[in-house]
Amino acid sequence: MRTLFSTLAAALAVCIAAPAIAQEKTLNVYTYESFIAEWGPGPKVKEEFEKTCSCKVEWVGVADGVELLTRLKLEGEGTRADIVLGLDTNLIAEAKATGLFEAHGFSPKDLTVPGGFSDDTFLPYDYGHFAVVYDSEALKNPPTSLKELVEGDPAEKIVIEDPRTSTPGLGLLLWVKSVYGDKAPEAWEKLKRRVLTVTPGWSEAYGLFTKGEAPMVLSYTTSPAYHVIAEKSERYKAAAFSEGHYIQIEVAGLTRTADDKDLARQFLTYMTGPDFQSIIPETNWMMPAAKTRDPLPAAFDALVKPEKTFLMSPEEVAANRKAWIDEWLAVMSAK
Amino acid sequence: MIFARAERRTLDIAGALALGGVLAFVGAATAVLLAHAGQGAGSGAGAPLFDAYILRVARFTFLQATLSTLLSVALAIPVARALARQRAFFGRVWILRLSAVPLGLPALVAALGVIEIWGRQGVVNDLLRLAGLQNPVSVYGLTGILIAHVFFNLPLAVRFLVAALDRIPPEYWLSSANLGMGGGAVFRLIEWPVIRRVLPGIAGLVFMLCATSFTLVLTLGGGPAATTIEVAIYQALRFDFDPARAVLLAFLQIAVTALLLFVLSLFGRPQDEGVTAGRAIRRFDGRRRRVTDGLVILAFTLFTAAPLLATLVSGLAADFGRLALDPMLHRALLTSLVISLASASLSLAIALPVVLVPQLAESGASGPARLIMAVGLPAVGSLILLVPPVVVATGWFLMLRLFGETGRFAPAIVTVINALMALPFVVRVLEPAYRTHLARTARLALSLGITGRRRLMTIDWPALKKPFLTAFAFAMALSLGDLGAVAIFGAEGFVTLPWLLYSRMASYRTADAAGIALILGVLCLLLTLPSTAPERVPERPGPDA
Repeated sequence: MRTLFSTLAAALAVCIAAPAIAQEKTLNVYTYESFIAEWGPGPKVKEEFEKTCSCKVEWVGVADGVELLTRLKLEGEGTRADIVLGLDTNLIAEAKATGLFEAHGFSPKDLTVPGGFSDDTFLPYDYGHFAVVYDSEALKNPPTSLKELVEGDPAEKIVIEDPRTSTPGLGLLLWVKSVYGDKAPEAWEKLKRRVLTVTPGWSEAYGLFTKGEAPMVLSYTTSPAYHVIAEKSERYKAAAFSEGHYIQIEVAGLTRTADDKDLARQFLTYMTGPDFQSIIPETNWMMPAAKTRDPLPAAFDALVKPEKTFLMSPEEVAANRKAWIDEWLAVMSAK
Repeated sequence: MIFARAERRTLDIAGALALGGVLAFVGAATAVLLAHAGQGAGSGAGAPLFDAYILRVARFTFLQATLSTLLSVALAIPVARALARQRAFFGRVWILRLSAVPLGLPALVAALGVIEIWGRQGVVNDLLRLAGLQNPVSVYGLTGILIAHVFFNLPLAVRFLVAALDRIPPEYWLSSANLGMGGGAVFRLIEWPVIRRVLPGIAGLVFMLCATSFTLVLTLGGGPAATTIEVAIYQALRFDFDPARAVLLAFLQIAVTALLLFVLSLFGRPQDEGVTAGRAIRRFDGRRRRVTDGLVILAFTLFTAAPLLATLVSGLAADFGRLALDPMLHRALLTSLVISLASASLSLAIALPVVLVPQLAESGASGPARLIMAVGLPAVGSLILLVPPVVVATGWFLMLRLFGETGRFAPAIVTVINALMALPFVVRVLEPAYRTHLARTARLALSLGITGRRRLMTIDWPALKKPFLTAFAFAMALSLGDLGAVAIFGAEGFVTLPWLLYSRMASYRTADAAGIALILGVLCLLLTLPSTAPERVPERPGPDA
């Protein structure tokens, strides 16, 4: 009887204590799903940050960066998000237009993002260059420039993503635009002969590629690192293009409606610090945006380091995206 | 009169609830989205709806869906006839069971499965290379889309047709054998009238599935020339954030298809139901055609099973030891099973009035309200497939955010959306079966005073158990494979199998994804077991049985 009583008492104590824990500060972070997957950066980030902030990190993970912005637009002022992490530079203009974000107020000095990105509302946490990843067993002479890709042998195919539905697809569109400018339609006209198919998203394209359907796919310079580290395979490599590569920078910002802005800013500071940055490479398979504690793993050192980085301003992308996609559609849909 | 008064009243109430409920669920979401237009619309807002792009997309949608439907249905007829004739064909029941599996596979998995057979590095091209062909044959383009859609829908059409042929009174086969009828006469006089009655329904369903196809069309289509309205809807809702445009495009999709369904409905004719003493089916015409039928069935099985086999082989490469211990997988499996069970039950509950009220109205007892329901219920039951789940889910998200944490509602919304998506399947399984059953038993049951629950348990259930279980299996498979509505809510902890599959795929974990695909496929196969359990034949088996 006594044990029963003490068990009950203990249970009661737990019940009373639980709300007390729940009452400590909570930081709601909206992000994309793969960030908080068990192998993603999320679990480690949560564990480390919670140690320093005496707060609780709550994740909400949606499918991808675009979905993240949609989610915010749907929620508007009522959003519970304190931090939004996972937009990329192409989405920044639209994200600012929602009026939901507040300036971070930092002037970070030691960011290592190429292309000199800086913004008063969003801070970068990682980046990757788009790249053509190829199967070294199927392709002996990979293209060394975008020009070679565009003009190469039509029998050697590439799978690309659709700019209407996917971020890498839009990335390639901007890349070609950056290199070819007004001549972009002509470039697409030629590249089209090598395009096996245009998939709705990265997963479909990469799936076709790893099944061997095409020797090339539009992906990231960091993709080979996954195969080297997780699969011990050197088979897949990124092709370095002499013109330079278009960059995707992933950013985070704090919302105007954040409950505790000091806490949110504390998170942003942590995010650009070495602890967070050291987690990124081998969990998010992207390049860190600032200094890490230790040197990067060897597989990352071996990656293609673009000599030139293309990045259009968010405003330019927002203003032209529709027209450029229409231009792309006209060329790619023609028989 | 085929229903007692109390039954009629129950049906009226159920019909009103079903029609009102479905319309309210979809209507509310649509209204909220339309009302939301204008606020915070993105850069794509305000584009004219009927620009050249949309017209081209609508034309392509119609073209590929029509071709896919014609192919699937035209091929299904000989296959179904062969399967109905060869009742002792080796593995026949497993061939029928396979038909529900493609439904439960996410489009990405199906696309990769099809590619392993028909792709540039696929089995077919390997064979062609062996035969001396230099360059691989590329299916990317309309060909690829058609192959994938036939892979998805041919088994479905075959399953429906075999069920219809199996409902033919066994006495007919006895008579036709006694009369010495040839194959042509059997087709014209016995099989075709039955096929003709169910064909419009099947064709309509296949058309809707193909018209709303998204991932398959883009992935296998070879380029943006192959774009469906569904892609434009997704684009409007996601990238351009223009909900009003998304809703209008959905209306366009519904209008185009409603027109086609109407034309199809003119084609179908009601047919007199034959009576039967309930003896076992014996096909005396089976022996003569054993070889040709065998070849037809073999070709069909190869075509359907090959991509599934490819999925199986890829899946076996997964590390199941680790997957089996993966707590995420456990949670996803449990969530998916609970959601699909709930949505299949809900779907069947909605389907009953959709099937029965029109038959009640036909039997003569019709007031204006009942007539409206008799027209409205089947229309809603069909067209619901054309309302993009992402539109409904987004509308509900907007509504529910007013009530706090939206993640809490996610399972309920996904369940209802899945139930509605399955409705056209469920109705098409139950409707013809119920029609035959009522024609055979309703008057007798009524005259004996067996009504209500007693009729349900003693007369209806034993005869309709199989169609019910089949419908349930279809609905569950569909729900298991659906990613759609989960994506918008993104609540922590709400993980379904397709969501987990896509998530693994998106972080390079291809083997995990293939393993999950295999699990989904096996689940769908298991689901079909109850509805295809071998019949206990009440007669002594004859030489042909």
